[in-house]
Amino acid sequence: MIRTDKLYKRYGKFEVLKSIDINLGKGQITGLMGPNGSGKSTLLKSILGLVIPDSGKIYVKDSDIKNKFDYRKYIGYMPQIANYPENLKVKELFKIVKDIRTDVKEYDVELFENFKLGEIENKNFGQLSGGYKQRVTAAIAFLFSPEILILDEPTSSLDPVSTEILKDKILKSKSLGRLVIVCSHLVPEVSELADRLVYLIEGKILFNDKISNLINGSGETLGKTISRFLQNKTDKII
Amino acid sequence: MSSKILKYIFIELIRNRFIIFYAIFLFVLSSAIIYIGHDSSKAVVTLLNLILFIIPLVSLIFGTIHFYNSEEFIQLLLTQPVDRKSIFLAEYLGIAFSLSLAFIAGAGLPLIYYGITVPVMFLLGTGVILTFIFVSLAFFSSVINKDKVKGIGLSVIIWLFMSVIFDGIIFVILFAFNDYPLEKFILIFTSLNPVDLSRILILLQINISALMGFTGALFRDFFGSAVGMITAFILLMTWIFIPGFVSMKVFNKKNF
Repeated sequence: MIRTDKLYKRYGKFEVLKSIDINLGKGQITGLMGPNGSGKSTLLKSILGLVIPDSGKIYVKDSDIKNKFDYRKYIGYMPQIANYPENLKVKELFKIVKDIRTDVKEYDVELFENFKLGEIENKNFGQLSGGYKQRVTAAIAFLFSPEILILDEPTSSLDPVSTEILKDKILKSKSLGRLVIVCSHLVPEVSELADRLVYLIEGKILFNDKISNLINGSGETLGKTISRFLQNKTDKII
Repeated sequence: MSSKILKYIFIELIRNRFIIFYAIFLFVLSSAIIYIGHDSSKAVVTLLNLILFIIPLVSLIFGTIHFYNSEEFIQLLLTQPVDRKSIFLAEYLGIAFSLSLAFIAGAGLPLIYYGITVPVMFLLGTGVILTFIFVSLAFFSSVINKDKVKGIGLSVIIWLFMSVIFDGIIFVILFAFNDYPLEKFILIFTSLNPVDLSRILILLQINISALMGFTGALFRDFFGSAVGMITAFILLMTWIFIPGFVSMKVFNKKNF
């Protein structure tokens, strides 16, 4: 569903993505991990069209996305931080995205209902707590039943109950054949949700395979396995 | 698509405390000046000098800050199936319309209450055009600077140049070359600054250009004619479209 071919991006002298090749299929959850500045956000933003790569290609559903925007109808995006206009009511925020995506007639309101967003829909976005803001962004990401979900640190501001609700929804999306990309620093979260791990370091892929292959029956936790790989990173970077 | 997004940006902005304060401030200012002067034409002259300072400053600073504060909202819109041009236009028009509405409601209503005259209409029309021009310049300084402080700094410099330094340069030229016939040069030079051009257009409607000497007569001869008016209008529109067009081009390639 998403494929990148020699994706390269630099900001000034700083090379953020160095020839990234990934190929992610449907019906899987991919964890995207790496230290700060490793290029995770730039990779996600390149797929979303927020960042324009210097070279390389990105294919979404086998179509090159360069200079296109229509492909984003397949994607639901949940950002880590959401400081949307403070005087906009929550229901108006939902209305904007609904007005843009007029092709969708039926909405997935499961998260909207489970997060009890109906109770705050007449509040201004600026009045919401960080947790509620993240619930709103999650509900918007899932609203159109997108085939691809890109979630950036999805549980970082959520309370434990909301975290479980969202995790259930992510797993349910996988079972419906959707591709979910979860960018996270939380190893237990990735370990619990993801089938595949893409680990970036200094703009290159350290590891891109199924988590079961990474652990390889060693009985190690994912965190220990990642640490072991990082110790040998000079040999392993591909 | 722009109009759908524009609607919500406009609704959000007219609820903004600063926009409401701006409208109330202009209303109090305009009412006080008319009340003290008992005459809307005198009020136009006094208001003109204040508005030519306030509109560029407010449009530039508010437009710049709003653009940076909207970055995450712009990101949300950019992840939807909508082109960048529509998002840019919606953001630009949302700010320009809401500031113009605040200006018309604030400065315009007291003037209109005392009578709709040609100078009043010119003052309001020019105020709206200046709002569009300086929001366009605000977007220009925002899109070319990733850093918010640099963007606001550039906007302040643009305001200082247009409202203060430019006139200072004219005075220096006039003083240094007062033995030479500079009237045509000054006519062309002042036309390049939208603030000065707006001032001239409004003053010509109040018939006080006679007080401006030979240069004023030259201004009246040129800008008082249909060709002059059309030229002035085209120049003002150019100040909207060129920074706006360049900003949109940069926005289309910008990394968020």
